[in-house]
Amino acid sequence: MKNLLKSIVAIVSVSVAFTSCNNATSSDSKSGALAGNVAEKVYVAPGEHDEFYAFVSGGFSGQLAVYGLPSGRLFKVIPVFSQDAEKAYGYNEETKPMLNTSHGFVPWDDSHHPDISQTEGVIDGRWVFINGNNTPRIAKIDLSTFETTEIIEVPNSAGNHSSSFVTENTEYVVAGTRFSVPVPQRDMPIKDYKGNFKGALTFISVEPEHGNMDIKFQLIMPGFDYDLSHPGRGKSHGWFFFSTYNTEEASTLMEVNASQNDKDFIAAVNWKKIEEYVNNGGGTMMPANYAHNVYDEATHSATSTMKKEVLTVNPLDVPGAVYLMPTPKSPHGCDVDPTGEYIVGSGKLSANLTIHSFTKMLDAIENEKFAGDAYGIPIIEFEASLAGVVEQPGLGPLHTEFDDKGNAYTTFFISSEVVKWKVGTWEVIDRQPTYYSVGHLMIPGGNSRKPFGKYVLAMNKITKDRYLPTGPEVTQSAQLYDISGEKMQLLLDFPTVGEPHYAAGAPADIIKPRSKKLFNLEDNEHPYAAKTEADTKVVRDGKTVHIYMTTIRSHFSPDNIEGIKVGDKVYFHVTNLEQDYDVPHGISIIGANTSELLIMPGQTETFAWEPKQEGVWPFYCTDFCSALHQEMQGYVRVSAANSNTPLRWSLGEDIE
Amino acid sequence: MKKSNIIMFIAAILPLGLFLFPLWKITLEAPQYPTPLGMYIHINDFSDANPHDIKNINLMNHYVGMKYIPEAIPEFKIFPAGILITTVIGLIIAFKGNYKRFLFWFILMMALSSAGLYDFYIWEHDYGHNLDPKAIMKFTNPDGSQMGFQPPLFGSKDILNFRAHSYPRLGALFLGLGIAVSFVAYFVGKKKKKNNLNMQT
Repeated sequence: MKNLLKSIVAIVSVSVAFTSCNNATSSDSKSGALAGNVAEKVYVAPGEHDEFYAFVSGGFSGQLAVYGLPSGRLFKVIPVFSQDAEKAYGYNEETKPMLNTSHGFVPWDDSHHPDISQTEGVIDGRWVFINGNNTPRIAKIDLSTFETTEIIEVPNSAGNHSSSFVTENTEYVVAGTRFSVPVPQRDMPIKDYKGNFKGALTFISVEPEHGNMDIKFQLIMPGFDYDLSHPGRGKSHGWFFFSTYNTEEASTLMEVNASQNDKDFIAAVNWKKIEEYVNNGGGTMMPANYAHNVYDEATHSATSTMKKEVLTVNPLDVPGAVYLMPTPKSPHGCDVDPTGEYIVGSGKLSANLTIHSFTKMLDAIENEKFAGDAYGIPIIEFEASLAGVVEQPGLGPLHTEFDDKGNAYTTFFISSEVVKWKVGTWEVIDRQPTYYSVGHLMIPGGNSRKPFGKYVLAMNKITKDRYLPTGPEVTQSAQLYDISGEKMQLLLDFPTVGEPHYAAGAPADIIKPRSKKLFNLEDNEHPYAAKTEADTKVVRDGKTVHIYMTTIRSHFSPDNIEGIKVGDKVYFHVTNLEQDYDVPHGISIIGANTSELLIMPGQTETFAWEPKQEGVWPFYCTDFCSALHQEMQGYVRVSAANSNTPLRWSLGEDIE
Repeated sequence: MKKSNIIMFIAAILPLGLFLFPLWKITLEAPQYPTPLGMYIHINDFSDANPHDIKNINLMNHYVGMKYIPEAIPEFKIFPAGILITTVIGLIIAFKGNYKRFLFWFILMMALSSAGLYDFYIWEHDYGHNLDPKAIMKFTNPDGSQMGFQPPLFGSKDILNFRAHSYPRLGALFLGLGIAVSFVAYFVGKKKKKNNLNMQT
């Protein structure tokens, strides 16, 4: 009887197991049937606009790309640190100064971490800041024109990586060095790194109205590698947090030698305190040499100024300004939740996520719960600031962003997934695979007090077989997940320009109304502008010739030019007289050793041409402007260097 | 002051609205212009509906050989003077005249407005038909005659890839209302007179 009962129980439980198994299968197939809804979620009908802007850095492309979400459509690649022949950025005379540095003209960089300006901790959509990694620079992109309008070089820095994050009123954009270097630079043995190299954390002030950048001070820290950073917000406003690795201060075989310590640090910097110290005359002015490049919208031209000194601050001179929080192992991400209470350290070689509490940190400082110091900077006891640990969420945690419902989303590079967990309880809620090896992720407003938690964008390092192959070099890509529900749902893969390293996003409504349609011709203050066809002329100054040219549908004025000689340097200063939305004109001439120009309505741009052969050389409009675009062309007659051909120009009549 | 004279006073004042509001508006719609191009016609000026519209209308029109919309036309001097003079006349008869004069003013205004509309039509016709013989694009009607690009005087019409709309604006309404009210003044005055006569008998 007992056995019978047992076997009945066994049969029942087996059948229950099978039934539930069947249930599981049917619910799976249901989600398969629901896949149709996925397409709807990312479908933006022709002529409709996306809900969000995403500004995705191009990594080694040096640029910043603008996409719409949820569609993943690419709208514009904004040239920032790399020359762009399409838009003449870094090729025309007006923008060449933008790429000037203390090392001369540097036409490329590695653009990493865009961040949108904030007011009171909320994204205001005025500017995007982004760092150039290789030759340390911070750029500002104006979101009324979607153009780079300012670049400041960062001295005493190398591998400008823990950058370019803004404080909650855009008081500062912060740039930390990844590589510590001799400060100031000097000839010394590499093996003497330890104790001699320094890490500069640079606070660049942002003028509230126009956004003009200026280095307020550099905090000269011990010679660790400063990897990423984020601002405090809300209660922790006034503090900035930097993750570090290589606290071993190794200088060779770093993959091993910089991975020995169980814990590295998150450095907590009370910038308000240092700002006060500096405002009261504190700090040491140090000789330096760095470029500050500013683009002026009225003259449509950039100027580059070399700055010769920088204010440095020794952290030991400002007691109570800098503390180190031990964080396991080589933390990458250093992310602050929307309330400003929690600082999430993603120890990329650790199996756990370490979360520090801002309140506990202040308490530890007050009660001096210190576990020693590093070069005189107090190290807080690990347990004293620890808020909690997300246990075993995945392998290789990198970066965390937050939604508006108290959840956090962390990328795991090695296990190739996004993990959703609860802030405060530290429990894992969901995990979704990425394809493959995700780096950073982005939730619009994810680095602010007010995230818009509808989507998360995961940016992958590897795509392998995900798209049609294109030879050994395959596309880069990002993936969009719906995070409006309890479980994340993968919606879309889309290819990106360059490595999609990091991104910032914002609701379109914040940015769209500020976007300019054209430049007013009457506001054009370019020194070589011709604002009407009557103002056009050709002026010779020795071997230099300036052509004041205009474009309007569908002709150049002048379009016949004679009297140019071999050996001249000819500047085409071209003003687009159009005052209609989306009517740019382009121009280039045969043999020009530079890119075309692409001139927006009301704008003036210049390219230089050095004719090397006699002849009659045509130029033409390179942007399909109108029904008569193909007729938009002209000729330049080039005579021998010793000829007497008079300088003449015309439009609509024969030259004589 | 008599009721009819007060009404006449209002009638004489109303056309001054032409100095505050546009008389007419011409709008050109095309797929490439999600914000249509538009031009307001004021009693003394042409103006853009949106910045640079007239410049862009001229740019479009030069392809078919139409002349540029002039900065100023003689009408910009004549029309304001006409309105000011008729307003003064209207005010004088509002204060001094009787209802028969109100009818005179009504007829005067009707005649002048019709003349103004006719003048507008003539200008439009010339603008749409007097084309540059070297026009970039020449179009002909099915019967082989030269295609004209005259916008409608009133209403909507397709012109090549554009749909043109031509409608009166608030200024015209003030003028029309002034004329109509003068007619009301005439009737009120006439009725009052009749009543007075009845009472006397």
